[in-house]
Amino acid sequence: MNEFVFLYRGGERPKSPGESQQVMQKWLAWFKELADQGHVVDRGQPLERDGGKVVGPGKSVTDGPFAEVKDLVGGYTLVKASDVSQAAEFAKGCPILERGGLVEIRPVMRLDM
Amino acid sequence: MDPIEHLFRRESGRMVASVTRIFGVHNLALAEDVVQDAFCRALEVWKVRGVPENPSAWLMATAKHRALDVLRRERTGRTFAPELSRLIESEWTIASTVKEAFSPEAIKDDQLRMMFSCCHPRLREEVQVALILHILCGFSVDEIASAFLSGHAMIEKRVTRGKKVLASSKKLFDLASDDFSARLSAVHRALYLLFNEGYHGASPESAVRGELCQEAIRLTRMLLEHPFGATPASYALTALMCLHAARLPARTDAAGDLLSLFDQDRSRWDRGLADEGCCMLELAATGPVLSDYHVEAMIAAIHTRAPNTEDTDWAGIVHLYDVLMTLRPSPVVALNRAIAIAQLEGGESGLKAIGAIADPHRLAAYPFYWAALGELALRQGDRQNARGHFRAALVRARNPMERRFLEQRIEACENGSGAPRVSFPRS
Repeated sequence: MNEFVFLYRGGERPKSPGESQQVMQKWLAWFKELADQGHVVDRGQPLERDGGKVVGPGKSVTDGPFAEVKDLVGGYTLVKASDVSQAAEFAKGCPILERGGLVEIRPVMRLDM
Repeated sequence: MDPIEHLFRRESGRMVASVTRIFGVHNLALAEDVVQDAFCRALEVWKVRGVPENPSAWLMATAKHRALDVLRRERTGRTFAPELSRLIESEWTIASTVKEAFSPEAIKDDQLRMMFSCCHPRLREEVQVALILHILCGFSVDEIASAFLSGHAMIEKRVTRGKKVLASSKKLFDLASDDFSARLSAVHRALYLLFNEGYHGASPESAVRGELCQEAIRLTRMLLEHPFGATPASYALTALMCLHAARLPARTDAAGDLLSLFDQDRSRWDRGLADEGCCMLELAATGPVLSDYHVEAMIAAIHTRAPNTEDTDWAGIVHLYDVLMTLRPSPVVALNRAIAIAQLEGGESGLKAIGAIADPHRLAAYPFYWAALGELALRQGDRQNARGHFRAALVRARNPMERRFLEQRIEACENGSGAPRVSFPRS
């Protein structure tokens, strides 16, 4: 088994209580399926959308390179999968895709010593 | 039921009411933004971390913090609730003021204030109902439109108009005001209409309409929790809703077709709701005022207690309709009375009573007027006339369920099958 990080990028925010409810239920269902099959290593954390900083060359502190909200990482999860294509299959069910967002999948580097 | 089903909608009303109390009703839109923002934050966290043990408290705390942020950021450039302005201006009192506004007791009052504010006399009843659904029940414009079987544009217009009037009033309705009882009647009326809207259209295809009944009951029960709101008429209205809602599970058959009171499987009635209705009716039986809600609830109680249509106290029902005709005369009440008379004395008397309705032209668009004429004709063996009446009813049907029901009655006239029965507008 290999580990992968799912980075949740962008995704339109819901505009009404009913819509919020639908989005949440989809996420809970997707996440539960993943967790029930033992693929979630770490549920991860949500990240604040604003208030972030970037320290650049010359130690300059800026509000970040995020040109658009759609590039923002809203959270991450650590999952276990046999290979990247299985991880990609999992990600295909992520509800963020229905709201214009995307899931970036990055393999965690293995340190076999 | 899933404890978090409808969580956001339910909490929305409480949260918007409380934030609006602090922000002032002219900042309603800002309050709604704060609440939706709290939902988005909840979503971000919950979708990966799971729903916390007490999601309502979590949401309310988040809204409180967001409200405090907004107050601090904008208190120089914006006016908030005038009666709280001094307390909000000072850093010494702002946090405790906000904390107090979010205490459980304050939240209850705020919801009631908001409900009373939505029933502003300058707003038409259908606007009041849309506003209550939108603000207190958290329904989006699209959800209201689908519940009311009307277009998005029309509902949006109603909600926008309602919010404009609401925002132009200086503050939320004061529960201690002299206008309280007058406004309470308007609130009763709006909740009654909300319930009716759901009751008549509740069907498998439009589950959202059944929710209207639940919401109407929930809001009416909320009135009972307040010492001022718990009047005999409020109890009677709750009784009426519970007694009718008890029959909802039996209103349709397995295929989703509408069943008249005569064909309902009474074992499918919700006995818990029926008992609650009867209990509420007892609590309503105090004080000098007999409201039309009392009378309607008493009629519903007779049906609920009867084992079948034959052993129903039709004489009692006719008497109650007589009373209702003096309290709130209307052609629809007169039609119901005529149907009860037909049960009691036979079809001929029923037809005579229908013929005596004062302004029958007001019933012309009402499908069950024609259906009642059809049933009575069928009962007398006059299939030709019965079919004509059912056809007239069919073209006036308001939803697919009514349409199917009437088509089956026409069929019954044509092939002679199906026991003759009288259909009830509120079966």
